[in-house]
Amino acid sequence: MSTLTSTNPLLQLIRRRYPDVTGKALLQSVTLPVLGIALFLIAWQLVAPQINTSLGNFPTPANVYEQAGQLWQEHQNEQDRADRYVEMQEKRNARILADNPDAETRIRPYPGAPTFIDQIFTSLKTVLAGFFLATIIAVPLGIMIGLNRYFAAAANPIIQIFKPVSPLAWLPLVTMVVSATYVSDDPMFEKSFITSMVTVTLCSLWPTLINTATGVAQVNPDLVNVSKVLRLPFWTHARKVVLPAAVPMIFTGLRVSLGIAWMVLIAAEMLAQNPGLGKFVWDEFQNGSSDSLSRIMVAVLAIGFIGYVLDRIMLMIQRKVAWDE
Amino acid sequence: MSKSHLELTGVSMSFDTPQGPFQALDTINLKIRKGEFVSLIGHSGCGKSTVLNIVAGLLQASQGGCVLDGHEVNTPGPERAVVFQNHALMPWLTVYENVELAVRQVFRKSMTKRERQDWIIHNLELVNMAHAQDKRPGEISGGMAQRVGIARALSMRPSVLLMDEPFGALDALTRAHLQDALMEIQQDLNSTVIMITHDVDEAVLLSDRIVMMTNGPAATVGEELTIDLPRPRNRVTLADDDQYVHYRQAVLRFLYEKQRFPGKGDKAPQASTPTEEADSTAPESPVEVKAPEPQSTSAKTKKPVATAVQD
Ligand SMILES: Nc1ncnc2c1ncn2[C@@H]1O[C@H](COP(=O)(O)OP(=O)(O)OP(=O)(O)O)[C@@H](O)[C@H]1O
Ligand SMILES: [Mg+2]
Repeated sequence: MSTLTSTNPLLQLIRRRYPDVTGKALLQSVTLPVLGIALFLIAWQLVAPQINTSLGNFPTPANVYEQAGQLWQEHQNEQDRADRYVEMQEKRNARILADNPDAETRIRPYPGAPTFIDQIFTSLKTVLAGFFLATIIAVPLGIMIGLNRYFAAAANPIIQIFKPVSPLAWLPLVTMVVSATYVSDDPMFEKSFITSMVTVTLCSLWPTLINTATGVAQVNPDLVNVSKVLRLPFWTHARKVVLPAAVPMIFTGLRVSLGIAWMVLIAAEMLAQNPGLGKFVWDEFQNGSSDSLSRIMVAVLAIGFIGYVLDRIMLMIQRKVAWDE
Repeated sequence: MSKSHLELTGVSMSFDTPQGPFQALDTINLKIRKGEFVSLIGHSGCGKSTVLNIVAGLLQASQGGCVLDGHEVNTPGPERAVVFQNHALMPWLTVYENVELAVRQVFRKSMTKRERQDWIIHNLELVNMAHAQDKRPGEISGGMAQRVGIARALSMRPSVLLMDEPFGALDALTRAHLQDALMEIQQDLNSTVIMITHDVDEAVLLSDRIVMMTNGPAATVGEELTIDLPRPRNRVTLADDDQYVHYRQAVLRFLYEKQRFPGKGDKAPQASTPTEEADSTAPESPVEVKAPEPQSTSAKTKKPVATAVQD
């Protein structure tokens, strides 16, 4: 618990701002957020029963909590079943090998449907892949645009036009292109994974691109002059002066990009049927059982929480890497 | 006269601005001997930095040119090291690494790694900064950072050291300290120095010659004053020295009587220019063209902008 509170950004902020204020301020920094959450839960509890849908009332916090436990239980059960399935095959293989040592044996993976927890990991994998792809495209491109004003002028209209495009618009195009170009008998990745990932990349690379270009273009002119006086070769100049100088801006862009990537992913998964959280929400919606709304609400909270954690992780990396904090 | 070390011949500079060409410099001629310490003084905006940047190769003169040891200057290079007003150290590198960046680039072929290390430390010791070699610029004072900037410039073993108001951003005490240090180093190394200053005392104390520039636009060399004071010079004893007082008055007379009205009727300042306006009436202090107030200098220092997404 103590490690949890010491990484709390709010607490840190308060400690840094008012290093001599302790007891009261710290107490407040714990009690006020708790109070906020409590008030929210109460309001939710009061309002939920008033909202009637064809699938019953809007879920209350208690319903959601119950379904969260349920989803966890389902995951445990599936895991047990998968373990037993593999164990069974291993035993059978051992028997076959005992009879005939040259026999070819293999273990089939458990064919059960992915659970909520599996879907969270699929989503994380997809978003990180898309974000990684966006980063390795946007940072070098941003550096080039920031360094060369002709290049910047040429790229600007394209950036401005594609930046506001919604993932829902890209998705059909990406789907068709992926189906046409990504053909292989034994694909390493599912098509739905590639489609979701590429959509995430297309939507999330812009903030990083723009911030990198801005950061590079804004490098203190004195530092650029130092580099000129030293006659640093282009690559040394880019690596030793421009890139480090732009790091704070690049990271600000990366954080915004990751936020967008996570938001876009859910929509992309719904449509591309990538087996992640987006598909979970979609399937529950199609299912229309009395628990569906509660289960969707669990997903909503999970999505929000994971998004928050991703942002915190980026912030931690930023603090490690950037020189200005 | 012997062949000069550094020579500016008929240097004119005209900037293209949205309002049309702006003639900043007009036919500047200047000859500098090896080992000479020359100060450039003049009202704000007259074109001192422009002259220095042309010598540094960071700007190209529209007419005329600059010759160093028989070679025309076209591009920047480490043999003309620059000390910038706001130290211009890389904030993400330590003091040592900042000097190392220069030393590695300039001596990567001629020195072994070991020799380079010693040379970096040697230069930091020259400016008394070896003790802070592992600190970052953000962790040391402005005066210390400026020392490191000087060490970095010296570490390039330049033929000419170019300094653009090197002590302008410092308080009076720190400035006096660094002036003494610079005098010593310059005497030891016998380096050629061109220094821009707004400070009349600084110019007289440090220079072999003071080059006074007329007000812009189309600024040129107004007067030159050779400072024939024996070295080493001591600021305290010089304060009552008749000769020193005479030199000081000569510079003041030039600045406040002959070049009293900056701009020569140039009522509309260039909107695009980064320099601040010179005070056309009497300045607060009779000794300084620009009072070095700490708050005014802090406003000048650039901070890296790291904000949210911008278009
Ligand atoms: N890139 C530029 N484009 C247009 N005008 C410029 C440019 N650089 C300088 N100028 C103008 O040229 C003139 C000389 O500028 P410069 O910076 O050399 O003055 P300075 O004597 O160094 O002033 P200060 O003492 O304030 O540093 C000024 O009027 C300035 O506005
Ligand atoms: Mg200047």
